[in-house]
Amino acid sequence: MAAYPLIEHKYDVVVVGAGGAGLRATFGMAAEGLTTACITKVFPTRSHTVAAQGGMSAALGNMGPDDWRWHMYDTIKGSDWLGDQDAIEYMCREAIPAVIELEHYGVPFSRTEDGRIYQRPFGGMTTNYGEGIAQRTCAAADRTGHAILHTLYQQSLKHNAEFMIEYFAVDLVMDDEGVCRGVIAWNLEDGSLHIFRAHQVLLATGGYGRAYFSCTSAHTCTGDGNGMILRAGLPLQDMEFTQFHPTGIYGAGCLITEGVRGEGGYLTNAKGERFMERYAPNAKDLASRDVVSRSMTIEIREGRGVGKDADHIHLHLEHLGPEVIDERLPGIAESAAIFAGVDVTREPIPVLPTVHYNMGGIPTNYHGEVVTLRNGDPDSVVPGLMSIGEAACVSVHGANRLGSNSLLDLVVFGRAAAKRCAATIKPGMPHPTLSSNATDRVLSRFDGLRHANGSEPTAKLRLSMQKIMQECAAVFRTGEVMEDGIKRLREVKAAFEHVKVSDRSLTWNTDLVETLELDNLLGNAITSIEAAANRKESRGAHAREDYPDRDDENWMKHTLTWIDDKGNVRFDYRPVHMYTLSNECQVVPPKKRTY
Amino acid sequence: MAEFSLPKNSRVMPGKTVSAANGAKRKRTFRVYRYDPDNGDNPRVDSYEIDLDKCGPMVLDAIIYIKNEVDPTLAFRRSCREGICGSCAMNIDGTNTLACTKATESIKGDVKIYPLPHMPVHKDLVPDLKHFYAQYASVKPWLQAESPPPPDRERLQSKEDREKLDGLYECILCACCSTSCPSYWWNGDRYLGPAALLQAYRWLVDSRDEATGERLDELEDPFKLYRCHTIMNCARTCPKGLNPAEAIANIKKMMVTRTL
Repeated sequence: MAAYPLIEHKYDVVVVGAGGAGLRATFGMAAEGLTTACITKVFPTRSHTVAAQGGMSAALGNMGPDDWRWHMYDTIKGSDWLGDQDAIEYMCREAIPAVIELEHYGVPFSRTEDGRIYQRPFGGMTTNYGEGIAQRTCAAADRTGHAILHTLYQQSLKHNAEFMIEYFAVDLVMDDEGVCRGVIAWNLEDGSLHIFRAHQVLLATGGYGRAYFSCTSAHTCTGDGNGMILRAGLPLQDMEFTQFHPTGIYGAGCLITEGVRGEGGYLTNAKGERFMERYAPNAKDLASRDVVSRSMTIEIREGRGVGKDADHIHLHLEHLGPEVIDERLPGIAESAAIFAGVDVTREPIPVLPTVHYNMGGIPTNYHGEVVTLRNGDPDSVVPGLMSIGEAACVSVHGANRLGSNSLLDLVVFGRAAAKRCAATIKPGMPHPTLSSNATDRVLSRFDGLRHANGSEPTAKLRLSMQKIMQECAAVFRTGEVMEDGIKRLREVKAAFEHVKVSDRSLTWNTDLVETLELDNLLGNAITSIEAAANRKESRGAHAREDYPDRDDENWMKHTLTWIDDKGNVRFDYRPVHMYTLSNECQVVPPKKRTY
Repeated sequence: MAEFSLPKNSRVMPGKTVSAANGAKRKRTFRVYRYDPDNGDNPRVDSYEIDLDKCGPMVLDAIIYIKNEVDPTLAFRRSCREGICGSCAMNIDGTNTLACTKATESIKGDVKIYPLPHMPVHKDLVPDLKHFYAQYASVKPWLQAESPPPPDRERLQSKEDREKLDGLYECILCACCSTSCPSYWWNGDRYLGPAALLQAYRWLVDSRDEATGERLDELEDPFKLYRCHTIMNCARTCPKGLNPAEAIANIKKMMVTRTL
């Protein structure tokens, strides 16, 4: 193995990832006086939070009566009762100060006539425990993620937070006791390798949409933190739950916000029928995403899709008029023109359910601390390790996330993690010495992949994996198809042993970056489809044709999935938290979920 | 002594040529700038003939196709592929733009792809943007206000005041504008360039910000602001349709009117 001198850095906290969650945590820690470094493989404003469009939910009540308890109820119902109710209470209650804080930081929210933050309706967001439609989603036109991410980066500059930009995090450094002691990262610019020692490593690495062939996610959404967790011998939680966004642009896969339907847009099939009225008589086009995606898929499957191959659906907003579109939906008008050649003031946008969000991820409590099942304790904290944002599974989204709860999740738990670190870490505490075993394992894997000279190019294996996931872990699933997918994915995993990397350099070697990312993606893909085949019920986004009903008796529990070096998985379970943090709200008992 | 020719190692040499497979119906040649910092060789331009039927419609699709199928060593930045993250800014067919929103069909003849002009190059299509980012940070692009905000609700802002931010806040920091500006090429060390100035103006006109005076003081300098000579390349090249030149003109106007 080539020698890799490790440049050592010592911090109180190291954050991996500079999206909404990572940035909120980073400057929160810096503001608390903790020495903090944020490692990111892309410049912060390139992170995928930037692509969020519709908004961030919070029961401000700017547009009419609202209550965070109603928001909590909607989120629990949206999660199909797989969400942890203590964490959901925390998120929905904290939503209000969190969004006010963002405004104070300078986020350019759209405004109401009386100068307050503008809020729009979104899927599954109701008033009075399901009775009416709530206007709860705080928006900056249809570029809310961009507005929030840039503001969070600006706050990070204000707080002089330290960034390691275009550093690729290779792996966690775990000691023999299972404590996380830091992270090893590779500086793409000069090729150097670094070890960042920290009392807490906070993974805010986002989702793994790129495990699929067609997704709204950026090329960089490769589940790197999840991959690191699996290699550290820790489990991922609820990986079977993948959200398909109803309105990805047909072909290109680019996102068209649910805010279009929030502002009055609707879907039609080949007969011009507003079919959502049949599937969700009350909420119609504003039912939650899993419901709308399934309805669209059924329409297409039953021959009522639009287009030459009857394989997609139309999204209309022509009737909203150019003024509303220009003020509230200018970004998607631009995207539809570029990627579908459509003038949205005149014609519908061709859309298709497209992989969008991962409800599953690294199991944590509502402080952001990583937990695992150990010695019978399902809430056993893994020392030194935290996770927030889409990478994490708190679980506030359960089996299906409501639109606009993701930006909320990022900001609320970014804040919570900073507070937790401030409470648990004394600035400047010494770092224990580390045996070289902990780092050698990481470096030898890195070196092995750098010099990988097999027969299978990275791009070819990646495409195989993406096609398998697309075909075998789709909106509707069956055991048979998933078993076939698992078999084929195992072959890809085996072929990865013979991967071929063509670039041997250490400077901006994006061939090696993509190979490290593929390794991470494979871990995510395998745990996702294996957990899906294992869960024999339908709940939220996980819809099985061979088990069409929700089975609370046997399956109201979180799946934990471990994977070994060979790609073999092991399952265990954690109970869903059916309790609240305070007496100000009540546990919402499971019932049939209709919209 | 004045140097009248470029240093030898900066001359761009012809590179390799890769032809499309037989049977390709819609062939297009992509001429791509390559530079490998490790081998000490001069930069080169490689030619890749691509079958457009095998890749997506955008220039980024073609670049990714080259990386996936022809030459995995090609280095470039990309992320969102929908024109919102600003990663894949490069010089395509002579204009700075985002590879992900530039349709190959909109270009006549060979597609020439270079890194953003006049920036140091790390490798291939990856320029060094550190100075650009530092200039952005130098305008203190965050809300500054002495008056405390209301503790448990938002600051109020009228729709009219909010509208003043339109055309400014949407900037994605792709650097297309600054690296298209001859004045920035010449004085980029001290002239802030259109992107940073657009952001400076975004905070100058935000009704919630109270540091207008200090912000203008900071910009009152022969170089930071006044090297803009209204060449307008910035407005012409912006892939988001923004107009930094207008923002700069507005800052100059604020400078003048505050002395009256």
